[in-house]
Amino acid sequence: MLLLAFDTATPAVTAALHDGERVLAESTVVDARRHGELLVPAVDRVLAAAGRSLDEVTGVVVGVGPGPYTGLRVGLVTAASFGDALDVPVHGVCTLDGLAWAAGEAGLDGPFTVATDARRKEVYWARYDGPTARVTEPAVDRAADLPEDVRALPAVGAGAALYPDAFPDRRPDPAHQSAGALAALAAHRLATGAPFLPPLPLYLRRPDAQVPAGYKAVLPT
Amino acid sequence: MADEPLVLGIETSCDETGVGIVRGHTLLADAVASSVDEHARYGGVVPEVASRAHLEAMVPTIQRALKQAGVSARDLDGIAVTAGPGLAGALLVGVSAAKAYAYALGKPLYGVNHLASHICVDQLEHGALPEPTMALLVSGGHSSLLLAPDITSDVRPLGSTIDDAAGEAFDKVARVLGLGFPGGPAVDRLAREGDRAAIAFPRGLTGGRDPLYDFSFSGLKTAVARWVEARRRDGQDVPVADVAASFQEAVVDVLTRKAIRACRDNGVDHLMIGGGVAANSRLRSLAMERCEAAGIRLRVPRPGLCTDNGAMVAALGAEMVARGRAASTLDLPADSSLPVTEVSVPGHTHVHELSAENLYG
Ligand SMILES: [Zn+2]
Repeated sequence: MLLLAFDTATPAVTAALHDGERVLAESTVVDARRHGELLVPAVDRVLAAAGRSLDEVTGVVVGVGPGPYTGLRVGLVTAASFGDALDVPVHGVCTLDGLAWAAGEAGLDGPFTVATDARRKEVYWARYDGPTARVTEPAVDRAADLPEDVRALPAVGAGAALYPDAFPDRRPDPAHQSAGALAALAAHRLATGAPFLPPLPLYLRRPDAQVPAGYKAVLPT
Repeated sequence: MADEPLVLGIETSCDETGVGIVRGHTLLADAVASSVDEHARYGGVVPEVASRAHLEAMVPTIQRALKQAGVSARDLDGIAVTAGPGLAGALLVGVSAAKAYAYALGKPLYGVNHLASHICVDQLEHGALPEPTMALLVSGGHSSLLLAPDITSDVRPLGSTIDDAAGEAFDKVARVLGLGFPGGPAVDRLAREGDRAAIAFPRGLTGGRDPLYDFSFSGLKTAVARWVEARRRDGQDVPVADVAASFQEAVVDVLTRKAIRACRDNGVDHLMIGGGVAANSRLRSLAMERCEAAGIRLRVPRPGLCTDNGAMVAALGAEMVARGRAASTLDLPADSSLPVTEVSVPGHTHVHELSAENLYG
């Protein structure tokens, strides 16, 4: 087994290779504005570091968000294209689940909350009973509007760090999404027969119906 | 001929997900998925709606094009993609897909300019472009006069719109007349029943001291709206067909007049017209009339190749391969305001930073 995993749903552009037992190589760069430029070179780097070739890859694992849209789509369209070109399956994993797995590796095993930055003063969040046990659907809300029992739990992710008042028990690790963690979780799911998500984006918001000036615009009524 | 480059082209600069496949100057496939219906109720292209639709349509459209062409992705000589200009988020979907296919298949990647592609598509219709080529590109996003001594490396802007694009003016006037979106085809259809000399609408930037090759359609659009509103205010019927025909005449009169002037001034004896507005029947007939009178050969691709499509990107990609132009690197950015003078984007890292060995283990 050779899994190629990546995630662009958060400011991190992260890619990793996993052989079913361990992470062979990982590259994580935090640059929220250059997902499209950095992802394929990162894939190339992890293959080179692991001394493996792309045609040995048996499956692609991709974080499906939730995440701000532009970056999120880079990972998803790249995964779908690799899946088609290499004729391998593409497994979708909730980005928050990857952070939860990493939180487990960092020592959290009881209930906790994962929150990432959704911009516009909101967070993407979900509640977990343990590193592989998400108990709520991913949602987007203002941090202060989350249920009190959710906010009181240990919390990880950039959303928790951004709104310290809302998350009194925030933990520093993991600070960023890691494709290594995402790949390890995917390997665990493959081993236990747990299901994946379809490789489709979790936007959680409707598109802004803003027609920009200068692009097939029409007169205001 | 089998030794001509086989190239797949991806275009996602606006609301069409286009994938074309060409061999040299021969069109093998032109697959398009459009999200135009999803934008109609907003009266314009909504970038986020377009980007979401591109993501959904990307891989199925590529598969459809390969099937249509009857070729395997492994046989391609290169993958070309619109790197700009266009809507940033929309471009990024196509660029990311192109990179992934190019990398996974071990093929060179060509990030190319959308406007240059609009010109190059005519090679699929009328064979090799003359050098230099004079091009008039008119659509909802652009209105430009371009001189292209070499379509793979040297495209010079002579003039462009200083406000609205020509197609945008069509959309706005269609809205004033209650004809819906997109406005171009509706105005064209209605104008056939109208009198194009009924109303003397203004011709922008045609005064003696105005820039020779620039366009302006904002004043025209406002003049049409004022004329219609004045009629309505006075309780009179609006002769919509006459308004459509007279407005359309004002647009195509200026476009063709300036394009022919540009040909004459630069000693170019042919003119290509591309972009969505090139599908307009009156633009085609007036251009034909005036080109004939001026001894200029007119080249206009069929309407399906004038609107945004993947074949035009593949056509330019194939020309890049044929002429041995530099490929792009895998950190190719999508550039929403890529200037037309940048026909292609060679990239800014060195090839040696990416290792070729791990592609073919
Ligand atoms: Zn165009």
